[in-house]
Amino acid sequence: MTEQILDILLYIQIGLCFLCLYRIVRGPSIADRMVGLDIFGILVVGICAVLAIQTNKMFILDIGIAYVILSFVGVLSLAKYLEGRKLNE
Amino acid sequence: MKYLVYTLIAFGFWLLFTFNLSIQNIIVGLVISILTVVFLGSYFVADVGKLGQPLRYYWFIVYVFIFAWECLKANLDVAYRILQVNMPIEPGIVKVKTVLKTDVARATLANSITMTPGTITIDMKDDTLFVHWIYVPSGNPTEYTHQVVGRFEKYIKKIFE
Amino acid sequence: MSDLLGVIFISIGIIFNILGCLGLIRLPDVYNRLQSSTKCVTLGTCSILLGVLMFFGFNSIGVKALFCIPLLFFTSTVGAHALARGAYWFGVKLADKTKIDEYKDLVKSAKEGGTA
Repeated sequence: MTEQILDILLYIQIGLCFLCLYRIVRGPSIADRMVGLDIFGILVVGICAVLAIQTNKMFILDIGIAYVILSFVGVLSLAKYLEGRKLNE
Repeated sequence: MKYLVYTLIAFGFWLLFTFNLSIQNIIVGLVISILTVVFLGSYFVADVGKLGQPLRYYWFIVYVFIFAWECLKANLDVAYRILQVNMPIEPGIVKVKTVLKTDVARATLANSITMTPGTITIDMKDDTLFVHWIYVPSGNPTEYTHQVVGRFEKYIKKIFE
Repeated sequence: MSDLLGVIFISIGIIFNILGCLGLIRLPDVYNRLQSSTKCVTLGTCSILLGVLMFFGFNSIGVKALFCIPLLFFTSTVGAHALARGAYWFGVKLADKTKIDEYKDLVKSAKEGGTA
């Protein structure tokens, strides 16, 4: 019973990623696309957490932590580029 | 002294993340935390002397609970606005002033504001914070200041100053 | 620990995630979309991680999930602040509904002065 519920929740979470992709594709300005990318990164951590329960393996949460840090660095550098500054300021 | 404390903090985090007490793991963790502190320790700005005062930890725990409650309220508020058909939002950017002095306290205040009801800190110049608000109530500026920062300022002052 | 409690926490998290993504689609401008991202989606994912902690108890996986929560909080708040500031300096317009903008003067004077 628990496994079926987790399956359904995982599919819902993957569907939400497609909503983010809609915003990334359609976003009127570049900032909208970056907001979509930011939320996408957080949703992937949720997917990793549910997968860690289903497979009972620890390394999947490691992937989630690495993904959130990398997406953070990516968003920060893109935001700095938007602001019109050099990367070493 | 300062760098020793940083190394211990980094090593503690390593042990919690790997959760493994074998001797190889401890050696690798020590080497990595020492390397991290050697390269990045000069960027860390917190005042180490304040880590030894137990009253600050008490206020920190109180603050975490207050913050969690405010955060939950913020989520319900934003969710309520999204679910309405006509979306009752009146966004705007307002100026608020803070009385906090140190950098760490101001950064904590800005992060707390970002996580609470419909507000995002956009910029900070000296003691003025520019806050984007999803629903600006009509009123005078002192009332804004009280609504945005009033709940956290006294606790952050007790924790970090 | 308890599977039922874990499933309940994960379901609450998914509901908040759905609301956050709905806000991402519906709200009118970048700044308002950031509001839904930093609040609903972050709290939803934190709730999912708490659900993982409920499933496994305090062993290696549960503690790792617990320590992911502060990490997520700090990265999402700092990222939202940087994105909002970057979008404003880039010149993204505020929505038509906007009532008040007290940040305009500062950015204008800084751009004329040539310093960021």
